[in-house]
Amino acid sequence: MPARSTELPLQEIGRSRPRGRTRALLAGHGRYLDDLDLPRQVHGAFLRSPVPAARIDRLDVTAARTAPGVVAVFTWDDLRAVCRPWRTVSAAFPGLQSPEQTPLAAGRVTAVGEPIALVVAASRALAEDAIELIDFAWTEQPAVGVASEALAPGAPLVHPELGSNLAWQFDAAAGDVDAAFAAAALVVEERFVFGRHTGVPLETRGILAAFDRSEARLTVWASHQMPHQLQLHLADLLDLPMSRVEVTAMDVGGGFGIKMHVYPDEIAICAAARLLARPVKFVADRLESLTSDVHAREHVIDAKLAVDGDGRLLAIDAKGLQGIGSHSVFPRSSTVETLMAMRTLGAPYALAAARAHADVVFQNKAMTGQYRSVGHPIACAVTEALVERAAALRGEDSLALRRRNYLEPGDDGCRTALGLELFDFSHAACLERLEAMLDVAGLRAQIAAARQRGEIQGLGFAAFVEMTASGSEIYGKAGVPVSAADTVQVAIEPDGSIKASASLSEIGQGITEGLIQVLADAVGVAPERIALEMGRTASGPHGGGAWASRGAAIGGEAAWQAGRALRGQVLEAAGALLQMPADTLDLVAGWVVDASGERRIEVAELARMVHFRGHEFPAGTAPQFQVAHHHRRAGDPTIPTNGIQAAWVSICRDTGLVRCLKHWVVHDCGRMLNPLLVTEQVRGGVVQGLGAALFEHCRYDAQANFLDGSLADYLVPMATEMPDIEVGHVETAYRGSVLGAKGAGEAGTCAASAAVLNAVNDALRAAGGTSIATLPLTPPLVLAALEGGSSG
Amino acid sequence: MSDQGFEATAAIACTVNGEPVRATVPVRQSLVDWLRHGLGLTGSHVGCEHGVCGACTVVVDGRTMRGCLLLAAQADGAVIETIEGATASGRVEALQEAFHARAALQCGFCTPGMVLTAAELLADEPSPDRPRIREALSGNYCRCTGYHAIVDAVADAAAHAVRER
Ligand code: FES
Ligand code: FES
Repeated sequence: MPARSTELPLQEIGRSRPRGRTRALLAGHGRYLDDLDLPRQVHGAFLRSPVPAARIDRLDVTAARTAPGVVAVFTWDDLRAVCRPWRTVSAAFPGLQSPEQTPLAAGRVTAVGEPIALVVAASRALAEDAIELIDFAWTEQPAVGVASEALAPGAPLVHPELGSNLAWQFDAAAGDVDAAFAAAALVVEERFVFGRHTGVPLETRGILAAFDRSEARLTVWASHQMPHQLQLHLADLLDLPMSRVEVTAMDVGGGFGIKMHVYPDEIAICAAARLLARPVKFVADRLESLTSDVHAREHVIDAKLAVDGDGRLLAIDAKGLQGIGSHSVFPRSSTVETLMAMRTLGAPYALAAARAHADVVFQNKAMTGQYRSVGHPIACAVTEALVERAAALRGEDSLALRRRNYLEPGDDGCRTALGLELFDFSHAACLERLEAMLDVAGLRAQIAAARQRGEIQGLGFAAFVEMTASGSEIYGKAGVPVSAADTVQVAIEPDGSIKASASLSEIGQGITEGLIQVLADAVGVAPERIALEMGRTASGPHGGGAWASRGAAIGGEAAWQAGRALRGQVLEAAGALLQMPADTLDLVAGWVVDASGERRIEVAELARMVHFRGHEFPAGTAPQFQVAHHHRRAGDPTIPTNGIQAAWVSICRDTGLVRCLKHWVVHDCGRMLNPLLVTEQVRGGVVQGLGAALFEHCRYDAQANFLDGSLADYLVPMATEMPDIEVGHVETAYRGSVLGAKGAGEAGTCAASAAVLNAVNDALRAAGGTSIATLPLTPPLVLAALEGGSSG
Repeated sequence: MSDQGFEATAAIACTVNGEPVRATVPVRQSLVDWLRHGLGLTGSHVGCEHGVCGACTVVVDGRTMRGCLLLAAQADGAVIETIEGATASGRVEALQEAFHARAALQCGFCTPGMVLTAAELLADEPSPDRPRIREALSGNYCRCTGYHAIVDAVADAAAHAVRER
């Protein structure tokens, strides 16, 4: 059992500190991918499919090759000499069907925006000009757009070689579901429809690849969440040893899950750089980003909830369908979304029985993938909408119903009906904290008064469970080479400063600052004395990067252990020098102190001795002053976090526009390394959830043509549309680590749309409308519900 | 490799961050692309290239403009200030301090545009309330912060400026 964090001497951990690098970013001195230009650099632009499904009849690039400024034009036939195709295979998804994927189309296209040919020219503009000269002829083929039509007899096949559009099926059941529903005093049921949306990092995806033939070395800069993973796949796909592939992520302008996959266009750029032996840059424009970044969600879920006469929840039963687009994203598989959407159904509650089935189908649309809070917001919206509906039908406060039914894990943890392992969490405490933050009775009275004046207002809640910081049991067991471990390296410079590197990634979330705080406490030096580098495979150790809200829980622990070991080296060295047992010494603020607290020797002095005057140490003493610690959590496959959100909305009677008046979150992510940065993670996540609830939609027509190619069509939340967001914290430490930290990056997104959905339905109920179960809550849907003409 | 040999060009003369500049620019190059790749002033960013996101915001002849909607050739005779110039002059320092302290930026990609827009608001209206701040910043998308901290930071900078007066 590791020493518990409460017993640790913590100075920096738990303090709110802004991230140091933000000063440079504020001055315009950030270094994002497109800020880097190399000598002899050329630019790539892609001919992309204008149609959802087609056979390519002719692809003649001769004219384009001689266009002004053009260096080369590539098709798959040109790239295949240096690059092999890939296919998503994961034992986590038994039966997964998954077609081969190539960087450029191999004879046919399966979605609008799929790259077909790559033009490399002196500038992006010249490359785009030359695209017009490509002689491209195709025969359009029937496409599958609507997921519910994908499995119909006679439906066109997205990939004829697979024989079906079914990619994967999820099935899980526990307890006697049918008996629970037969015995129920109340059954609430609904068909929920969730639109597609996407992450829209403000900096689009981009990559710059250079190849040196003399060394056979590929050097890549990418706007990416996990350069180590990209390095591994580039080496594999281009058949180079990892020692000859270097990937650097500089400042990254947002990720949210979008920049963690293998994208055909990015691989094509690296293959082109290899063939040309000169730097090739590609930065997606916003149209390319909206059509070819992974999309997310797109579920239809029929769900019902059984409740007994005392208001106890008995069972949940759900049947889901997800459309994942043309491919199951490499390497993790798009099916993770459905897995989590099903597994986390009903997760906050004690249910005796549960059943979930889902079909995951291919369509001729952009591929989907892991986007912030993968699958959880779907389960949360379904569960919490049913819970609020049940409370309304019972005529009771939904918070009372929640409190009665919360699953409280006790000391030994517990399992949800659908098999999640839960421990160290705090639904009741979070609810109590929420009630302290917002005076529910007072707010309800205020809303009642507004309704008296003819306004349409509502209040909605959503409790949530977010699984974070996946361990090696998740992908490792599935045979997918994804690192769930992290390594932190620390060394002492001659002036006593600490030089550190870590396998994590900074994408704006602020983990750099959190790790510096951990190292400061672990070693016993001021944070200002620590420089931490991440994002460079050439100098940093291999490891996980930024995904699954893992930085604090896994990286933080690696930093703690590395820092403690380094501190041990310093105390050993000081002890040898001072002729005192090391365990009577301590390291405080850069000084070695004795048991009385008296300063005996400065770390800087010891460091100078190590680096320049090692002969002064007693014989046999050779301090290293450097440590690499690899942390892989043992035991728990994921770390659960929990909380509750509340949304207060008003609806415009004339336009159907929903206005968020205020939003509250109480969140338990265990020990917070830096409450300021945690709070901002939560707020940012909430707004992505509010966007999903109200505006964001990747729309396709019935033939799978994409309709939202610009930010004027795809609506990202703006400042004036968003509410103030009050965030409260409960800290239930994770007991499996020293620091007790859990994940914090995704919980905001998890329950925000569910809370708004419930608030809108609360408002509609009071206004005599019908309820809605479709997201986003567009004005036409809201108007129809107000008129009672549609149940969404 | 330079694109200039293949492009129709125009000669321009303008002032950028207080320095006179003469340049030959492709006639179809946007102002922000020229500032970034022609002059190396990479603090202005490109998020959409169609005038929606505000990441490319620069100050032209005293007013904020979308650098993606102007051509470099249109800058002939103009006085241009980017985040680099505003930083060097110190005129946005209180905002930058407040943004830093409030963690009103995460990835930072929106931030230069956000700061220049907020500075224009505070120059026009020294004590805006929260809804007014939100309204004034609505042409600048931030995908990371959720805006709350940005509103806090602008309000802090406004209060600071009022105190200093
Ligand atoms: S890049 Fe100019 S407004 Fe988006
Ligand atoms: S901080 Fe990332 S877009 Fe604003």
